[in-house]
Amino acid sequence: MKIDASKPLEYSTEENSNKIFGFWVFLGAEIPLFATLFTVYFVMVDRFASGPSGSELFEIGPVLIETFLLLTSSFTIGLAVHAMRLGYKKAMMVFMALTLLMGLGFIGIEIDEFFTYVHEGATLQTSGFLSSLFVLLGTHGAHVSFGFLWGTAIMIQVWRQGINPATANKAFIFSLFWHFLDVVWIFIFSFVYLKGLM
Amino acid sequence: MDLEKFKVHGEPLIYGAMISIALATIGILVGLTYFKKWGYLWREWLTTVDHKKIGVMYILAALLMLFRGGVDAIMMRLQTAAPEMKFLDAQHYNEVFTTHGLIMILFMAMPFIIGLMNVIVPLQIGARDVAFPRLNAVSFWLFFFGAMLLNISFVIGGSPDAGWSAYFPLASLEFSPTVGNNYYSLALQISGIGTLITGVNFIVTILKMRAPGMKLMKMPMFTWSVLITNVIIVFAFPVLTVALALMMFDRLFGSQFFTMANGGMDMLWANLFWVWGHPEVYIVILPAFGIYSEIIATFSKKNLYGYTSMVFSMLIISLLSFLVWAHHFYTMGQGAMVNSFFSITTMAIAVPTGVKIFNWLFTLRKGRITFTTPMLYTLAFIPIFTIGGVTGVMLAMASADYQYHNTMFLVAHFHYVLIPGAVFAVIAGFHYWFPKVFGFRLNERLGKHSFWWIVISFNVTFFPLFFLGLMGMTRRMYTYSEESGFGPLNMLSFVGAVGLAIGFVLLVYNIYWSTRYMPRDTTSDPWDGRTLEWATHSPMPVYNFAIVPKVQTRDAFWSAKQDNMPLFEDKITKIHMPSNTGKPFILGVIFFFLGFFLVFSMWIPAIVAGVGVLIMLAAMSFDRDHGYYISVDEVMATEKKLMRGETV
Ligand code: HEM
Ligand SMILES: [Cu+2]
Repeated sequence: MKIDASKPLEYSTEENSNKIFGFWVFLGAEIPLFATLFTVYFVMVDRFASGPSGSELFEIGPVLIETFLLLTSSFTIGLAVHAMRLGYKKAMMVFMALTLLMGLGFIGIEIDEFFTYVHEGATLQTSGFLSSLFVLLGTHGAHVSFGFLWGTAIMIQVWRQGINPATANKAFIFSLFWHFLDVVWIFIFSFVYLKGLM
Repeated sequence: MDLEKFKVHGEPLIYGAMISIALATIGILVGLTYFKKWGYLWREWLTTVDHKKIGVMYILAALLMLFRGGVDAIMMRLQTAAPEMKFLDAQHYNEVFTTHGLIMILFMAMPFIIGLMNVIVPLQIGARDVAFPRLNAVSFWLFFFGAMLLNISFVIGGSPDAGWSAYFPLASLEFSPTVGNNYYSLALQISGIGTLITGVNFIVTILKMRAPGMKLMKMPMFTWSVLITNVIIVFAFPVLTVALALMMFDRLFGSQFFTMANGGMDMLWANLFWVWGHPEVYIVILPAFGIYSEIIATFSKKNLYGYTSMVFSMLIISLLSFLVWAHHFYTMGQGAMVNSFFSITTMAIAVPTGVKIFNWLFTLRKGRITFTTPMLYTLAFIPIFTIGGVTGVMLAMASADYQYHNTMFLVAHFHYVLIPGAVFAVIAGFHYWFPKVFGFRLNERLGKHSFWWIVISFNVTFFPLFFLGLMGMTRRMYTYSEESGFGPLNMLSFVGAVGLAIGFVLLVYNIYWSTRYMPRDTTSDPWDGRTLEWATHSPMPVYNFAIVPKVQTRDAFWSAKQDNMPLFEDKITKIHMPSNTGKPFILGVIFFFLGFFLVFSMWIPAIVAGVGVLIMLAAMSFDRDHGYYISVDEVMATEKKLMRGETV
């Protein structure tokens, strides 16, 4: 493996830079995926049949906490990458752990929110609106949950093998994924919750 | 658990299929054991990450599916050959045209093309491999097991029956209560994920791994077409992913996306399906344009006319392909303005396509043409595809479409586009590149026999359908009365379908015959080729090129031969290769079971399989195998052996 010392570790081999580019292309595919889900949601948003509408259902409190957690975690994953570039393994681990914990908190609140909805009689089966809401939020939530597992796997590898071109590459790609989820959440926050509450 | 659900009732045909599947499986298992080939199969094929072998497996699977889809086609033509036929009942006919369409497009045409692109694209760009060899294996196995999942539906539980477009509410639980459309949503989902990964893989491969000197505008046309196709894949397949997921939620969990009550909206499905479905048609046709461009240039001994306009016309076609989807449902009440928009964008596609046709004709003009089998397919493609295109423009006129909508005219049109546009192309490419992979040509005489059978029978099969359509015979109709007068033309069409089948059998016989008797090729360049794939040995070594070529002109190998521009100047150095892995195969198997359990709503096994998927992904993440090196001595030894034509 040829290592190019003039580049950051995560880009330092040809394989590494291909992987990063490939992941950008993959995120290119995630955009139409979420765009489609949003479109479906916008088509369905007024179709609540006999079920509740968004303004009856949404509560701003938990959503603000979710937003806070996710935005902060996007910041801490940035710090983790920064620490990684400086070669501070311990700091990197701490920041990644913080990121994942906040992700876990996010998932916890989302699950609680889903339970509340279902408790209030708003289920996946109730109306077109609720079906699209659950699937949009659920897809994002599933991404976060998957990210939690993925990030944990990477932490184990960094912990065992230290910061090297392979692990740095994985951690960096993970950070791209995490930032992307953050961006999607901002759209959900604005166009689902804020707009729904209006 | 309700075992009744697994049973498919009735017909001797289905029992026949069950028995033949069981016998074939037992035969393969016994054969492998008897000839002690398990190890070979595992080491050389199931665990391979070599793009050439993966390509070959794609093509084998696609050929198999060609026959599966072909049997469906013959059954349909037989059923409609005469009025009031009693061969298939209505339900069975529905299942057959659905699986026929699905298999032909998703499990035959597209994988055939992906197979050719796997084999050829890295060679054409002078690369040693694709960007992510192991992911490539994942792609293949997901495609393969997705296809298998759909195929077992015929004997376990029943096939999808709402057409390949699976319109709602017809495809909903209410109107289609068997598990058939569960298979649809899961089999397509699994193989679709594989396709998406292929898309990512080849975009990176083509953009980042070209030989030094190969600028984008020096790439061979086939590689260009593949690049554009993969961009379409990356943008279109996520839409299918979502559509299929929503379908699954509706059918398995009672959500209300496409229902008629509770705020659902059936037209949402039609829109999502065709936002993916129309570009999908171009995913199978653009690479065909690339294949034909290579073949025409090679066998006219001329540079491709209008290279730049060829590239731009493909780019324009790919953009337009996303803007035309609603021409599939003009008659479903979307208003005149909307119809006009989609009508105009649809017709606009004829312009760049016309540019390509003229470029091919100009390339042929004054060329030194040799009529090889691949060239014959190419020459036949041009007029037949033009008929398909012209009838397409007729259909694109929204007002006129109220007349032909869902008649046999449409069926004739899309077969006139898809068969020359995709099937002839992959067969032509198959004949053209076969010697590269196996080191000998297919027999030309047999090839031409099969060509004439296929081309003539094709027209006999489908030309009558234009008239049947104009006479008012609708599509997807399993029988008709004597008085309708549809009988004679349908009989003619059946005769043509039998001729087509003979042509395809001859093609396969040619593979068998040529493997046994054709002389081995010692030049590695049987057609006097132009692009880099002909610059390495046939069959090519695992590392493709001992020395990475340096490119200066468009048809680099042609310049090397004509103008003595050296390609290989560096010294041989050790070569890095990825090592084999069984994980992609195992992942595919687990996905197969996951899909199967979900089809039958067997939740606990499904959860177990889902956890299995996560475990395999983790196993792949923790894998620390960074491949191996082939030493300079080994490379030299291989090169020597290949040079003397001693193929192994
Ligand atoms: C090899 C000879 C073939 C024959 C004889 C044949 C015959 C037919 C017939 C009779 C139908 C219409 C059934 C009906 O509407 O009642 C049909 C539908 C269809 N065919 Fe083919 N076909 C052939 C090859 C292909 C190929 C190569 C492709 C694609 C690459 C293809 C794609 C389709 C599709 C998408 C449908 C529509 C299915 C639906 O209505 O859901 N066919 N074919
Ligand atoms: Cu279309």
